[in-house]
Amino acid sequence: MGATMPLFQMQGVAKSYGGVRALEEAHLRVEAGRIHAVLGENGAGKSTLIKIMSGVVQADAGDMMLDGARVVFPSPKSANAAGIACIFQELSLIPDLSVADNIAIANPPRRFGLIDRRAQRRFAEAALARAGAEDIHPLAQVKDLPLSRRQMVEIAKALARKPRILILDEATSALTAGDVAKVFTVLKRLRDEGLALLYISHRMQEIDELADDCSVYRNGRHVASYQAGTKSRNDVVEMMIGREYSHVFPPKPALPKTGAPALEVAGLNWTHRLNDISFAARPGEIVGLGGLDGQGQRELLLALFGVLRGVTGDVVVNGVRRHARGPRSAKAAATAMALIPEDRKTEGLMLPMSVRDNLTLPALDSLARFGVIDRAREQDAVERMVKLLAIKAANLDIPVGALSGGNQQKVVIAKWLMVAPRIILLNDPTRGIDVGTKQEIYQLLRKLADEGATILFYSTDYDELIGCCDRVLVMYDGAVTRELVGAEITEHALVSSAFSIDSGSIDQTGERQVG
Amino acid sequence: MGDFRYWLAENKGTLLAVAVFIIMFAIYTGNHSAGFSGMVVTTAANKGVLLALVAMAQTLVVLTAGIDLSVGMVFVLANCLASQLVVGDALETTFGVVVVLLAGVACGALNGLIVIYGRLQPIVTTLATGAMFYGIALWLRPIPGGDVNSDLADALTEQLPGGIPTSLVVLLGIVLVVWVPLRRSEIGRAIYAIGSSEPAAYMSGVNIDRARLTAYIVSGLLSACGGLMLTFITYSGEASATIGGSYTLNSIAAVVIGGVSLFGGAGSAIGAIFGAFVLRTIGDLLFVFDFDPLWQPLFQGVILLLAVTLGSLRLLNVKNRLDLFG
Repeated sequence: MGATMPLFQMQGVAKSYGGVRALEEAHLRVEAGRIHAVLGENGAGKSTLIKIMSGVVQADAGDMMLDGARVVFPSPKSANAAGIACIFQELSLIPDLSVADNIAIANPPRRFGLIDRRAQRRFAEAALARAGAEDIHPLAQVKDLPLSRRQMVEIAKALARKPRILILDEATSALTAGDVAKVFTVLKRLRDEGLALLYISHRMQEIDELADDCSVYRNGRHVASYQAGTKSRNDVVEMMIGREYSHVFPPKPALPKTGAPALEVAGLNWTHRLNDISFAARPGEIVGLGGLDGQGQRELLLALFGVLRGVTGDVVVNGVRRHARGPRSAKAAATAMALIPEDRKTEGLMLPMSVRDNLTLPALDSLARFGVIDRAREQDAVERMVKLLAIKAANLDIPVGALSGGNQQKVVIAKWLMVAPRIILLNDPTRGIDVGTKQEIYQLLRKLADEGATILFYSTDYDELIGCCDRVLVMYDGAVTRELVGAEITEHALVSSAFSIDSGSIDQTGERQVG
Repeated sequence: MGDFRYWLAENKGTLLAVAVFIIMFAIYTGNHSAGFSGMVVTTAANKGVLLALVAMAQTLVVLTAGIDLSVGMVFVLANCLASQLVVGDALETTFGVVVVLLAGVACGALNGLIVIYGRLQPIVTTLATGAMFYGIALWLRPIPGGDVNSDLADALTEQLPGGIPTSLVVLLGIVLVVWVPLRRSEIGRAIYAIGSSEPAAYMSGVNIDRARLTAYIVSGLLSACGGLMLTFITYSGEASATIGGSYTLNSIAAVVIGGVSLFGGAGSAIGAIFGAFVLRTIGDLLFVFDFDPLWQPLFQGVILLLAVTLGSLRLLNVKNRLDLFG
């Protein structure tokens, strides 16, 4: 059976996080000497799959086989020992150590029990050369390197472990075009040397260039595996979409909004993460931000809210040029902005503080007289919000951390509605909450829009963008690459533009087309 | 040479502490009535070495992004224990020294085990254990007194031929035997890695628990070395909460002045040693310029603030304000 036995195999692997199924019945077959691409939209289970493979999390069920023998990886260390090295999206480099220290971290060369710095340096130089990054000095501290160089160090570090299986999770996302070309040469050489490579990328043209085999995942399930080049891009997009519609959305207004925009953005730039973003949003509109996770959507919201430093470009609110210097100035009456942050547990709520205290925190200045909080007015305001959002809490004085996830999220939204915002920025507000609460949030958003609020809504769930938004701006690499209006907002359009597949060329397979 | 630039970047905190110390000490001896004499230097060295050892102990824990509030109490405990045990003939004295050092190791191991397996914050853990260590010290020596092998004490606290203070040689020996090998070992690398980014260290397959435990154990050992030296200088033991507390706080100050990051992962025990010397020299400077010694805390505070300010300059470059809180 030697010829047919894959190097690595996954069968029936399942994983849930707190009741939410991230992966079920996952299958994967990785052959030596091949590059295997894993495709899927947000939440398809790609990240969970490779986390299980590299020992970061453990599967709830299913088997993993290496060389035909069953293996279990309780930690990243054990996966490394078995020859699986992973290059993560979030870098695993230690900022205060030198490049050489980082490359040799798992098993530095030793002499008399101590680290042999000269040998380590040669080792690091060899690894950097293998990754095509000879320009990086091995003694430089990682924290002083730009992101693209760090990514190259990360690749060198993985290669230094002499892995049999190398996993690359969006490993090229921070690289310059020149580096990508170099890395590709390296990856092809590694394939020829007999390594198995697992490649996860949102860049379709990279997958076309590199992959030998492809596997498509959707909703945590394995959909299909096929040899590269045997499916058209259209087929691939079809395989990635097709989830069941499980949400109920409020009806959208039939007529497009006219009138003066409440928020105009022109030429917004921030480091290399936001590139020349321009758009306008009118009162009553829900404008969605789409695209794959991590294409600058969060940074855009943070930039508008004044959290980022060094943002250039114009932000015009109600016809007046404004630049928020921070959340406090953003929420002030002139701009009346609110940002519902992505992580309610750290940025949204003070978990040990009471529901009441959390709710009134952004609006305290309007509830206080001469700096003393007016308890009666506070009580009124809190009751109004609890009723409006139907927050279920046994008591308003219990810690907000004791509420269910859905009710916590309602508190986050309610506390910002307290300041009567006219521009509402939402950063993936329905992540990890139950369907019932999601529906209530959709209703609320539409109600707020009908009352004249301008809503900018980032969601990683395409159903929500389709169901809630009047327009969707699709982002890719820190820029808005496409605008979908009204009936154009379909899952097909969202997925193909998120992968930056030009919809005009969607039926051609071979050609490289970048939107 | 290109390598030098990187070496400089890595060690600039340490080098700054060394430079500040040399300038301050030059001013001090230049203005001292006895000048740069053996006695002046030996007295300064003996005072400096005590704090330097405790500061080294603090460095180990701070490098892991923790803080050790028990170093001063381990120092006092070792002092009290030594005043009971480090007496008699050569064999008994040796036994006493070994027991004192082992006691330091045990204190450090206790801290480490509680922090690692009890998952408690280092600051709370060491606040509690520090009080316990002080309690034991008080039990060992309810009233100040005791004795120490005076031959050994004199040998380690006076001068070598040529006027070199022996205590400095002892400190150098400890640096060479404890710090240098640790800095170059895999465990030492792991200690820096934990402090710099614990998630990245974990993801890289580093043995985190072993490194953290080692940091606390070596910290206890170095504090005990300090307590031993204190006994050799004073010929007695005293369970003083004031001494313990002031050494703990000064060790943190010394670490900061020495360029060790309180966020962990950057700095060197060598820097902390010179940070300790800088702190001690402030008092001496006030003395030669006839300032009231009451000014000392004020000047120490100012120097400390300046040191922290230098360490925070990088915050001016932060692009995402949320990173300011990270």
